[in-house]
Amino acid sequence: MDIELKEKEEYIINMGPQHPSTHGVLRFELCLLGEQVKYVIPHCGYIHRGIEKMCEHLTYPQLVHLTDRMDYLSAHINNEAVALCVEKSMNVEVSDRVKYIRTILSELTRIASHQLWWSAFGMDLGALTTFFYGLRDREKILDIFEESTGSRLTQSFITPGGLMGDVHPNFQKRVAEFIKYFRKKLPEYDQLLTGNVIFRERTKGIGIMSKEDAIDYGVTGPSGRGSGFHCDIRKIEPYSAYPFVEVNEVTLTEGDTYARYLVRIKEMWESLNILEQLVDNVPAGPIMLELKAIKAPKGEYYQRVETARGELGVYIVSDGGPSPARMKFRSPNFSNLFIINKLAAGHKIADLVAISGSLDLVIPDIDR
Amino acid sequence: MAFLKTIREVGKYFHDIYSGVASLMRGMKVTGSYFTRPGSIVTQRYPENRDTLKMFDNFKGELMLIHDENNLHSCNVCNTCARKCPNGSIEIIYKKVEGADGRSKKILDKYVYHLDTCSFCGLCVPACDELALKFDQKFEHAVFDKRKLTKVLNKPGSSSKTTNE
Ligand code: SF4
Ligand code: SF4
Repeated sequence: MDIELKEKEEYIINMGPQHPSTHGVLRFELCLLGEQVKYVIPHCGYIHRGIEKMCEHLTYPQLVHLTDRMDYLSAHINNEAVALCVEKSMNVEVSDRVKYIRTILSELTRIASHQLWWSAFGMDLGALTTFFYGLRDREKILDIFEESTGSRLTQSFITPGGLMGDVHPNFQKRVAEFIKYFRKKLPEYDQLLTGNVIFRERTKGIGIMSKEDAIDYGVTGPSGRGSGFHCDIRKIEPYSAYPFVEVNEVTLTEGDTYARYLVRIKEMWESLNILEQLVDNVPAGPIMLELKAIKAPKGEYYQRVETARGELGVYIVSDGGPSPARMKFRSPNFSNLFIINKLAAGHKIADLVAISGSLDLVIPDIDR
Repeated sequence: MAFLKTIREVGKYFHDIYSGVASLMRGMKVTGSYFTRPGSIVTQRYPENRDTLKMFDNFKGELMLIHDENNLHSCNVCNTCARKCPNGSIEIIYKKVEGADGRSKKILDKYVYHLDTCSFCGLCVPACDELALKFDQKFEHAVFDKRKLTKVLNKPGSSSKTTNE
């Protein structure tokens, strides 16, 4: 692209695609005036794998494992989205046991994702300590996943019709232990980072997103809720076991980087509350529906869920065959990314790192 | 009035310094308390602990064909696992032999597993009605030569339980 420089002092540089603070292969084209950012153009596509197209060649149970690889920090929730959409199309409902386990796994995923984000966000702003503390606690969740599902990151455990297997007998005990453990450790996060004077100075009032902008750009998830946009699918359109529990939507109105940070910290507390309501009440029941064939009848279906980063929509167009005729993912990160120019323009280049960190981008989900 | 304003500003200046230092101290207290309690360290010393490191039973390592002590496996070449695999990581190579009743019968020649394309989705193991498959606990998959990742899962000299009957 040819860009005309309007002023003599302006210059264009690339940030990424191999830049540690973009957390993946994302390229920002920056126009700088000294240290000040004039505009940011995100360029994506470096990790495009054509997941939507690949889905057209796989059966419904097979394509679930590709959705792990979109937003790999919300693997369970992505699997659940596909599973719910296919179940909706077939007009079947899974047992309460499956619903409870799915929701517990999803909430654990949300906490694990926010923990990793917290670790990396601190590191983006120069606080290396947070990385060790965040990962220490995340490890506990990954162990729970590994014991039950066999994998730590890309589990492919939730499948259309139920679950790939039953959870380990230790599952509930370990989740209850984790809730107790993490309740004790979460205040450390505030002591280490939230109250820190350098951190506050670098995030407060930086990259203010208005509620109107959040809605215009379709910014969902904690980033949107930091601007007062009520967009929590768990609340608006409860799925799985969310109708059985009390979910409090966390919203703040400031819309700056600090507000987006606080929303995620509060969401971890909230997820612990949800887990606590679920973990002791998991009913008995079958873990897989007895279905002759898992395929969507002819038609179009849409299902949305709340991942750790926002609203994930799964859209299936089916011609009645074993694979979808067209599959479309409305991924939260893609929509969340493009507001970055609006947020970062006029700020310093170091603030851009804080802003992109607070949007919590996962690049494979943008490109798919 | 201007005088009062200056006093307030100076007060705020010192307050900011004080609260800033206090916030740093609060953070240091957390790290310091762990520094003095080496017992709370959670890091594992891999690879030194290789011998004692045990993965969970459900862990999805490499695919394996279960053999019993007589070197028998239970695969009857139905090809279901290969059809269920989204990545074509399983190839079942069979040969036809004449059975005792004079009819030709398929027996397993090579169960080829391509670890390099396997995405550990776990669809193959429950697909097998004979319960012939399992994931083992290996997790150190790195090799220098890609060809080493193509494995033959049936052991040399092994045969199927069903053909022996
Ligand atoms: S391993 Fe099982 S599923 Fe695969 S071919 Fe043999 S019997 Fe069939
Ligand atoms: S785990 Fe999945 S990808 Fe790997 S061999 Fe089994 S079915 Fe194929």
